[in-house]
Amino acid sequence: MSTQRPLTVTEISGYIKTLLDKDEILSQVAVAGELSNYKIHSTGHHYFTLKDDGAVISAVMFRAEAGRLKFRPESGMKVILYGRVSSFPRSGQYQIYVSHMQPDGVGALYVAFEQLKAKLQAEGLFAKSHKKPLPPFPGRVALVTSPTGAAVRDMIRILGRRFPACEVLVCPVKVQGEGAAEEIAAMIRYVDAHKLADVIITGRGGGSIEDLWAFNEEIVARAIYECELPVISAVGHEPDITISDYVADVRAATPSNAAELAVYDAAELKTRLRNAYSRIYQSEARIIGEKGQRLAEIKRKRILSEPEAYLTDRRMYLELLRQKMEAAEAKRLSLLRERFAAVAATMDAISPLKVIKRGYSIAESGGRIIRSTDEVAAGDRVDVRLTDGRLLCVVENKVKEG
Amino acid sequence: MADKFVFEKAMKRLEEIVSLLEKGDATLESSLMLFEEGTSLIRGCSAALDNAQQKLKILTVGENGPEESDFEGKE
Repeated sequence: MSTQRPLTVTEISGYIKTLLDKDEILSQVAVAGELSNYKIHSTGHHYFTLKDDGAVISAVMFRAEAGRLKFRPESGMKVILYGRVSSFPRSGQYQIYVSHMQPDGVGALYVAFEQLKAKLQAEGLFAKSHKKPLPPFPGRVALVTSPTGAAVRDMIRILGRRFPACEVLVCPVKVQGEGAAEEIAAMIRYVDAHKLADVIITGRGGGSIEDLWAFNEEIVARAIYECELPVISAVGHEPDITISDYVADVRAATPSNAAELAVYDAAELKTRLRNAYSRIYQSEARIIGEKGQRLAEIKRKRILSEPEAYLTDRRMYLELLRQKMEAAEAKRLSLLRERFAAVAATMDAISPLKVIKRGYSIAESGGRIIRSTDEVAAGDRVDVRLTDGRLLCVVENKVKEG
Repeated sequence: MADKFVFEKAMKRLEEIVSLLEKGDATLESSLMLFEEGTSLIRGCSAALDNAQQKLKILTVGENGPEESDFEGKE
């Protein structure tokens, strides 16, 4: 038992901290393990533990360092931590102060790529419905790329060979290294804001994943997504697929391929023009032929070949109709006449005048017709009616017969 | 960008004319007019393709907006 005065908690904790801090191994360690209890505090610091089958160690990554992470750490992820081990007397804990973290097993960039891809996909940045069609005949193409290097030269050459009528605007940007992503994004937005072209090609030639990295940055992805002008992404070689490729309206395998996709080949266009000519020529010839044939058909009709004869025909027909009508009318009149004659004949036959005409005469006495000798006596006055007048007679004598 | 305007419009109109004529229900007068228009568009487009010289510029983000100058990087 020591007779020394007991140390305070602060003193012993400070001593332990000093021991840890001056240790060379602990001042710069790399530790592999699995993340658990991963928490991001509102201050921006990350607190978590690193574990393996046999042990657990606390870790903290302060905001400044955490801000440089190329991926989003999650519990369960295997990582390598770089930093120093020290203690924090206030909590009585020793922990790793992490300055850098990278995924173990797969590369950090790969993880960052997959995570950003998943995030943007979920947000709909790759949606087909958002993709714009390329203009068939752009008057101008903007190349957002490095003004030096093979990529820009290849694109200019191919654009010029295929469709020289299309202007090319080189929009110079840094395509790799610090600030490249920001430059590319800003240039895309600038060209779009001023509508400096009809289509934008952005990209670069081949390189390592680090070289191509700017085209995997979120800031570039968003600039492409928000760009009103159609964007062709052309990064690296065929197998290299970047986030830009997913967001762009069209993905080209290479910069040269982008130039081919951007414009028609003039030779191909000339063939199309020739085809168009032969099509309209044939159509027109057919139309003229058809109209000619119809004209011939119409001509064959009599009215046009012999207009006089046609009119004569019409006149004759009209005449025929008129005659028919007259005949019908005449027949009707003659029937009427016949009926009238018959009635008149009957009337005539029964007329008393007619009887008188035949030599008979009518004797009347006192206004009455005398039908018998008994109706008068000798000395009576009688009137004898003839056709042209009357005889005023006196009966002298009567002779009764029969 | 005047070139683009003419070319794109011309090609579009030309396609229209081809389909109008192929439908074949135009009157003789209007079909002749379409035919004339079509051939003159074809002449114009062909001339544009034959006579075009690639124009190459480089962009500078100037204080008063975009500035363009000839690009010399071509060889």
